Amino acid sequence: MSKLIRLQPALRWETGLAVVVILIVAIGSVASPDFLTGNNLFSLGLSNGEIAIMTLPMTLIIISGEIDLSVASILGMSSALLGFLWARGWPMPAIFVTLAVVGVLAGAINGLLVTRLRLPSLAVTIGTLALYRGVALILLGPNTVSDFPNAYTNLGVNAVPFTGNDMTYSTLIFIVLAIVFGVVLHATPFGRSIYAMGASAEAAQFSGIRVKRIKTILYMVSGFICALAGVLWTFRLNTAVQNNGLGLELSVVAIVLLAGVSIFGGKGSLIGVVLAVLAFAGIQNALLLTNFNQEATGIVTGALLLASVFLPNAGRLLRRLSHS
Amino acid sequence: MRAAIVPSRQQQPERLRQSGLAERVFRIRESGILVVLVVFVAVTTGVQHRFLDVSNIQFVLVDTASFALLALGETMVVISRNVDLSVGSVVGLSAYLSASLFASHPGLPIPVVFLAGLGIGLACGIANGIMVAAGRVPSLVVTLATLYIIRGIDILVVGGNEVDANQLPNAFLDIPKDTVGGIPDIAIAVAVIIAAGAYYLRTYRSGRDLYAIGSNPDAARLAGLPVGRRVFTAFAVSGAIAGVAGVLWSAQYGTINSTAGTGYELQVVSAVVVGGVAIFGGSGSVTGAAIGALLLTTISSALYVLGISSFWDQAIWGLLLLVAIALDQTLTERLTSALRKRRTRHE
Repeated sequence: MSKLIRLQPALRWETGLAVVVILIVAIGSVASPDFLTGNNLFSLGLSNGEIAIMTLPMTLIIISGEIDLSVASILGMSSALLGFLWARGWPMPAIFVTLAVVGVLAGAINGLLVTRLRLPSLAVTIGTLALYRGVALILLGPNTVSDFPNAYTNLGVNAVPFTGNDMTYSTLIFIVLAIVFGVVLHATPFGRSIYAMGASAEAAQFSGIRVKRIKTILYMVSGFICALAGVLWTFRLNTAVQNNGLGLELSVVAIVLLAGVSIFGGKGSLIGVVLAVLAFAGIQNALLLTNFNQEATGIVTGALLLASVFLPNAGRLLRRLSHS
Repeated sequence: MRAAIVPSRQQQPERLRQSGLAERVFRIRESGILVVLVVFVAVTTGVQHRFLDVSNIQFVLVDTASFALLALGETMVVISRNVDLSVGSVVGLSAYLSASLFASHPGLPIPVVFLAGLGIGLACGIANGIMVAAGRVPSLVVTLATLYIIRGIDILVVGGNEVDANQLPNAFLDIPKDTVGGIPDIAIAVAVIIAAGAYYLRTYRSGRDLYAIGSNPDAARLAGLPVGRRVFTAFAVSGAIAGVAGVLWSAQYGTINSTAGTGYELQVVSAVVVGGVAIFGGSGSVTGAAIGALLLTTISSALYVLGISSFWDQAIWGLLLLVAIALDQTLTERLTSALRKRRTRHE
């Protein structure tokens, strides 16, 4: 039994994820010599940047005991608004400010409906998922805007200088934001209070944590980040169209749950989410290089997701058996 | 608490009146959306008489049929405080496999294909049910995973192929078009199924168990209800229904590729929630969910008839959903406080 206790840190889900990531890298580089090249890492960052960025605020929201299914719609709304305003001759800086405001507002609407009207976030954000996507549809209709200036679209497809052409801007943003979110979540009273309210909103309330305000702030941060993801998405593809990022919300939630974050709140770590992002991107990429039908990679994502809920339970079950 | 201790004979009338009040509010819940539906139809018809044309009504009813059917299965799952996000993928898989049955075995009787669809859906539902009930893990996660897995299987099976209408028998493609006395056959069939479902949930013990489980799973378990078995059944039924809806899907659209039914799950959940089913279980009705589906379809059709771009559909759906849940919350709170007031007055 004492052996089992010593083993416990090794049984953590994050450790398992790290092993998975290492396995993916090993198998990937054996299966294809292209896997570990800078070129491939670059395209990997390119195709997963926006999803990766959106997992960060989602992690905080799920740990706080809520959920935000409207993230991909805010991305789409931001992208559509970018195209809509650009087609009407607005200067880019003014558009960016507008997008930031709209993103924060969209998040604030989610947050206020959830906290002030005490509505279940699952239902609220399914509603705003339709609403925000609807705004994108109204703004652009069937139109496509793609005459963005090169100076901006280059940000979407070029490498950050001095990184040996290996790192996309979205990867850089993800790394910076992951550090910021990690520090806030794990090393500040604000971050710890998110765990507290996720474990028990009532207990957190009574211990003086401003649950409603903090949750609203989290939704506003999520709105802002998703608006940013919308800009990156638009410039990467040089296309603003109403269905940009359609259906991405479930991938974002899947990655966060894959990271071992409990859907009931109160549990999870940001390092787990970073590992889950790597695992998700690595699997997609490895399967792509091995000519597996790329759209069917959902099978692997889904299987990992199931593993993320069943394996920790299996561990608990085994431990219970060894006790008796 | 005290009410349980005092002799129950005096309590009886009071309790009846309480349940009468609850009944009324629940009924208001459904009639609320019914009123919205009627107002919507009236206004639209006032502006554009074409809206109440027989052909348009038929169109709306056919569109509602499979949607309402899916809402029935989803309602059973949601009432038990679970959710089934895999229905869109099940619809897609069943639509393709059943249609390709026709393509590979021309002359196959239509009921056989429906049974095949039902079987495919049932298998998916059983898989969901076993994982949720036996594994005791959150259904949101399980069905999110099976959403991906079943869609992935669909994509692998379909590849780049598609089945199109000329590979399907005419009798099959006519199913959505057949009518009895002007009412589409499938609308009648679905209405009968929904009536049966509503009767079951209202009257049978296993149906009532779902409500008990949804309002408090732990209490239900302590009270000795077979929680796992009931939840498993709800998922199996939801899956089987999605399988049948998939067959209807292929009859309705004729062309089936690997994207059939993508994103359908959130529409179905919307219809259920608009129909007054609480997202965290324990209350709501199948009839409400079906009216929710009818309302959402009617709105799309009305916008079309009014010449408003269908690009407004989504935004209006979203707003309506938000209003519906906010209204539902207000009603529930008023109901609880009314019940509390009655109880204190009695004491």
